[in-house]
Amino acid sequence: MTSTKEELKILAPCGMLGYGFPKSSFMKGMEYRPDAIVVDAGSTDAGPHKLGAGTAIVSKQACKKDLELIVTAGVEAGIPVIIGSAGGSGAKVHVEWTRSIIMEILQEHQIRNIKIAVIWADIPLEVVEAKLAEGKCEPLGLSVKPLTKERLYATSGIVAQMGHEPIIKALEAEADIIICGRAYDPSPFAAFAIYHGFDAALAYHLGKILECSALCAEPGTTKDSMLGILKKDSFIVKPLNDQRKCTAVSVAAHTFYEKDHPYILHGPGMVLNLENCVFTERGDDSVEVRGSRIEVTPVYKIKLEGAMKVAYRTFVVAGVRDPMLIARIEEVEELVKQQVAEYYSEVPPEDYSIHFINYGLNGVLGELEPHREPAHELGVVFEVIAKTQELANAVCSSVRSTFLHYGYEGRKSTAGNLAFPFAPSDVPFGPVYEFSVYHLMEVADGLEMFPIEYIEVRS
Amino acid sequence: MKLYDAAAVLRSKNSGPFEVTVDVLFDKPEIYYKIKNSGVINEELISRLYHIAPKSITHIVFFDQALGFKVTFARSVSSGTFLDRDVYGAQQHAPLMDLEIDL
Repeated sequence: MTSTKEELKILAPCGMLGYGFPKSSFMKGMEYRPDAIVVDAGSTDAGPHKLGAGTAIVSKQACKKDLELIVTAGVEAGIPVIIGSAGGSGAKVHVEWTRSIIMEILQEHQIRNIKIAVIWADIPLEVVEAKLAEGKCEPLGLSVKPLTKERLYATSGIVAQMGHEPIIKALEAEADIIICGRAYDPSPFAAFAIYHGFDAALAYHLGKILECSALCAEPGTTKDSMLGILKKDSFIVKPLNDQRKCTAVSVAAHTFYEKDHPYILHGPGMVLNLENCVFTERGDDSVEVRGSRIEVTPVYKIKLEGAMKVAYRTFVVAGVRDPMLIARIEEVEELVKQQVAEYYSEVPPEDYSIHFINYGLNGVLGELEPHREPAHELGVVFEVIAKTQELANAVCSSVRSTFLHYGYEGRKSTAGNLAFPFAPSDVPFGPVYEFSVYHLMEVADGLEMFPIEYIEVRS
Repeated sequence: MKLYDAAAVLRSKNSGPFEVTVDVLFDKPEIYYKIKNSGVINEELISRLYHIAPKSITHIVFFDQALGFKVTFARSVSSGTFLDRDVYGAQQHAPLMDLEIDL
């Protein structure tokens, strides 16, 4: 669709749906009469657990609090509301969770005559299996393990990041609220702009900035609103809170954020090149950007994400203050491990593993740590990973009691080695996941894998 | 001078669950260009500071408009699974902090 609009305004309430934002910033944004409200709700940041276990990143209460303002304002202004990567991971269960919250809001506010589009991003395992066999599915990253058939079918569900194409289709169908499953973070923003005939490179670059909302401002945050104003050959990003301003460097520097390359950004079916962008301060705390470029890739590839359960975990948090034990902590831990293995000699060693993290002694960086001197006290976290929760509990209990009473050489503190901050000390964690699928898959086009369902809410 | 003192931003973050990316951003162009032109930030340095093989380093790139450079390398353990120590990759900038630079 080619629009006659000279400029297009998109309101980004916050960088993550459910993180919250000042109502005053959002309402200031609404005063600019935006053409759409778009918000990203997704991330793989919190690890594979959310996708694997089907849980959300934010609480229902927080998500509803944000959505209530967004949905009611969007409906009142008669502008589309687009939500990217609903529920965090964007799989069926996450999308349904978000949809049910929206339905609740519509009902509570007696909002009717609304068309909702739901764009699913779940990819059947058989499709991935067939593409693997054809050589059309490749790992993304040096440390991604090969995707065997066994690992594929152990994966609880696979989603793929959608581009702008299915979202444009939902806009063409005149949806008022669009709930996207897993989406490339900038896509919901870009889709709205491309639908209105604006340049795809500027649209995606603006989307890349707005998906984190005010993170490109100073001081930066994802918990505040931003306005994006798209023109024919540039775009402007404008903070909506007097306490923040954008500078040429703060906006340029944002392209660095959480991407592997500062100015080459890969997305579904395309590559964004921001190397020759020019960032200009406009004197009103906003920044204008020009020169974004985009290249459509010869083969359309989408990024797949899938998580599989790898084990169950039980862990203990404890502290050590006795200098004699601190001095030989790694040696004692090794001896504790050995003693537990001897005690559970009937359990195959591959069924469990024991892991110590010594906070205060390369606890954070592990083998990357250049300084290895321990502090005067150590936080010790130990975990047992096992085939079942029962086994993890049993072995962890044994590690805890062995460690607590271990008679290391020279010990004077014969009453106990560990200070536990909590009782009970052992915490059964439940399943542990890993990203089993993190692959690029070739598809026919941007629409192929993302079916759309429409719901009409009528009186 | 230590890099931590010279930089306005020195941070790390996941760039996807299988990589960590470190951003170093400056607020003074003269410091940024001095470091960029000195060539001190290279694969050999990152490999030594992080005890990782050069082939694990995927990007070392300078971006003049942002007055900063970025270093990206593969994680040995993917984010949020067993044996990972930093789910968000948010505290992996430390080995670069103490780097002595000649300004």
